[in-house]
Amino acid sequence: MAQKTIAGQTIEVNDEGYMVDASQWNREIAAELAKEDGIELTEKHYEVLEFLRKSNEKGETLTIRRVGKSGIVDIKGLYGLFPGGPLKFSSRFAGIPKPASCV
Amino acid sequence: MTNNESPLKKVCIICAKGTIEDVYATLVMANGAVMEGIEAKVFFTFFGLDAITKKQMNRIKTATVGNPAMRAPGGLPFPSILGILPGVEAGVSAMMKSSMAKLDIPPVDEFLEMITAGGGEIYACKLGMDMFKLEKKDLWDEVKDVLTIGEFYGLCGGENTQIIFT
Repeated sequence: MAQKTIAGQTIEVNDEGYMVDASQWNREIAAELAKEDGIELTEKHYEVLEFLRKSNEKGETLTIRRVGKSGIVDIKGLYGLFPGGPLKFSSRFAGIPKPASCV
Repeated sequence: MTNNESPLKKVCIICAKGTIEDVYATLVMANGAVMEGIEAKVFFTFFGLDAITKKQMNRIKTATVGNPAMRAPGGLPFPSILGILPGVEAGVSAMMKSSMAKLDIPPVDEFLEMITAGGGEIYACKLGMDMFKLEKKDLWDEVKDVLTIGEFYGLCGGENTQIIFT
């Protein structure tokens, strides 16, 4: 567990860089986290992040299939938004735990 | 949990069997790879070709005979002799599929689409196709190519590449 100062705020992150407390999240933090991975967040990205945050709050298991059926973006589009980690990057930027899912 | 010094870059998966568990093991591994940013190439051969044959892909089954790990719900024994009764294989296979659907695991065609959406590539084996008298038009539309094993090996080069046989 470590602390990280980002977008003027101190957040708790685990050793893989996932935020420990989803309530510390805001859009600016997401933008900075994404920038560290070379991704510039657009409104479409934020729609995905909000969807993930809501699903996580409801305790749902997150899968790329579910995001693909959300009506926000299809799976190909999701890969386009978060290259190399459609679910692991997006959930990290969304300030939620890394999904323990194989799909 | 990760080895950052020398991460896996590519998996080449060969699927030679056509049962639910063999095909899904292949699909889960391929999809899991592309989700992690790992390149995935999948080669279907022999009975594994059912998974990418339009007519068969959503009809694959689990063997109810000669499968000692199969148990009835609740862990009760499932005598092999029951497995030969009409409808048992279909029933067991439907049960397997419904348990997977509850975990958000899609049908075969949709699963393959998820893999190709992530940049994974699907190939069919030329020898297997000749044996089963299949033509390219019988295959799922997004099968990238029909290859010999030699040609497939040609795609499996590069550092930190693993070949997996299911």
